Amino acid sequence: MTSRLGVVAGVAGLIVIALAGAAAPWLAPTGPYTPDLGARLGAPGGAHLLGQDTLGRDVLARVLYGTRISLGVATAAVGLSLAAGTVLGCVAGYAGGWVDEALTRVIDVLLAFPGLLLAIALAAVRGPSLPNVVLALSVLGWTGYARLARAAIMSLREREFVAAARALGARPVRIVARHLLPLAGPVLLVQATFGMAGAMVAEGSLSFLGVGAPPPLPSWGAMIDEGRPFLLVAPHLVVFPGLALALAVLALQLLGDGLRDLLDVRLDGAGRMTPS
Amino acid sequence: MGTLPGRRLVLLLPTVLGVVTLVFAFLHLLPGDPVEIMLGDWAAPADAVALRRDLGLDRPLAAQYVRFVGHAARGDFGQSIAFRAPVARVIADRYPATVELAIAALLLAVGGAVPLGVLAAVWRGRALDRIVRLASLAGVCLPSFWLGPVLMFAFAMRLDWLPVSGRGGLAHLVLPAATLALGMGGILVRLTRASVLAALGEDYVRTARAKGAPRWRAVGVHALRNALVPVVTVLGLQAGALLAGAVITETIFAWPGIGRLVVQARDYPLVQGCVLVIGVTYVAINTAADVLVRAIDPRLAEPA
Repeated sequence: MTSRLGVVAGVAGLIVIALAGAAAPWLAPTGPYTPDLGARLGAPGGAHLLGQDTLGRDVLARVLYGTRISLGVATAAVGLSLAAGTVLGCVAGYAGGWVDEALTRVIDVLLAFPGLLLAIALAAVRGPSLPNVVLALSVLGWTGYARLARAAIMSLREREFVAAARALGARPVRIVARHLLPLAGPVLLVQATFGMAGAMVAEGSLSFLGVGAPPPLPSWGAMIDEGRPFLLVAPHLVVFPGLALALAVLALQLLGDGLRDLLDVRLDGAGRMTPS
Repeated sequence: MGTLPGRRLVLLLPTVLGVVTLVFAFLHLLPGDPVEIMLGDWAAPADAVALRRDLGLDRPLAAQYVRFVGHAARGDFGQSIAFRAPVARVIADRYPATVELAIAALLLAVGGAVPLGVLAAVWRGRALDRIVRLASLAGVCLPSFWLGPVLMFAFAMRLDWLPVSGRGGLAHLVLPAATLALGMGGILVRLTRASVLAALGEDYVRTARAKGAPRWRAVGVHALRNALVPVVTVLGLQAGALLAGAVITETIFAWPGIGRLVVQARDYPLVQGCVLVIGVTYVAINTAADVLVRAIDPRLAEPA
């Protein structure tokens, strides 16, 4: 697949998913919390296209409303991580010296740790809530962006146009914000696209484990967990939320792959290599 | 060369201390009172005071940190609240099960992904290449907490080929290991394919072919050895995802490992001990991967 096609497909997929979430009240036959105890575990078809769950709630409605949780949490977590990581990375990259040294050390230690595991542990001890999920995902999430921003700023710091801006009396903040950061944009954008996919899966994982979105919120991960005991009689409870998440991740993956090729961005392996 | 593993071991110490510090920092410095979180809002004040004293939370932060590091160094992680037993013993009982699952998943992922990635690169653009690329994309996109139940439904409930859950013989291992391996396998296939493709274009592969080496030897020995360097590095890094994924897989298949303990909500000492043990395991795996990479590629063995 060409990279341009990937970007188009990814963007189109994301627009469809975002619209589905936004238009949930009009698309869903009932609310996401409306029980129908007479029709528990109802099979897909008829008025309930994707069937009904353990309390007779409409699965389509819950999948549609779940889009808001998945996209919302991922956007908040990536936004926070991106903002914090970019600022810290720029400061370290431009200032250099001991500031840079200290931040690099902190990042190295943080990266010496499985991120999702720490997020799970944090959410587990703090209890299930959406703000806790965002916090847990952002606490380690910023490191990737900080490394990329730092590397980009450092490679550009000594160029002539920076010296020229400095000679004209521009302050460091202005030089970084106006002259350097825009050049680091593509690499951060690609990383953020993959980060969104990762955050959506992570939110689903936390909710699946019961430490993410608290019930009765229609998080896709929580829906899969709720449907698990009824796998044999009502597989639709597990299948549809999973498909929704897989499609969202696929759209982001296509977009990220395409953007990386189009913008000619190089991410080092899985975001980092071992220090030697 | 002989001193290299030793040098890596020396470097291991500060990293492990860093991990210990990190765990302490996250559980003690973030907003929220652990005692309140553990006991809930309606706890009797006397109970809260007692628990605070038991956990040493009434002391100054620096004293708590020194105590924490000292105890962790001796393998003492305190008492689990849920199990009413020492955390170290609870973890030791279950650690082998997690290691067994992780090794099985690792073997499955590497054993499947590396050959497929090589074949996809050699037969670039052919049918197998397309199928492999599509499958690897699916492996990356399908979350394990969805794949696990679906595999369980298909192979344990419908076809009745494999046990549904629990730990026992080899048959019990298949579904959890496959669930854990698929995401990692997807990443490894893509990476192997890309790095073998890059290596096939190198001069040394052409030289090997020009000197009369058969095609399988040029690919399997000359190209693969170089292509494996990034694969092994990412393998080490992906071990983190594997260990975190074990939490999910163990939950789905009722596998009695330490991953399930992490979600033992509100048991501070237990979660802390598990995260610490898994974190140190991860650091050890990455160190091993680093040593392995330098053994594969002697150019990297020179001290930087």
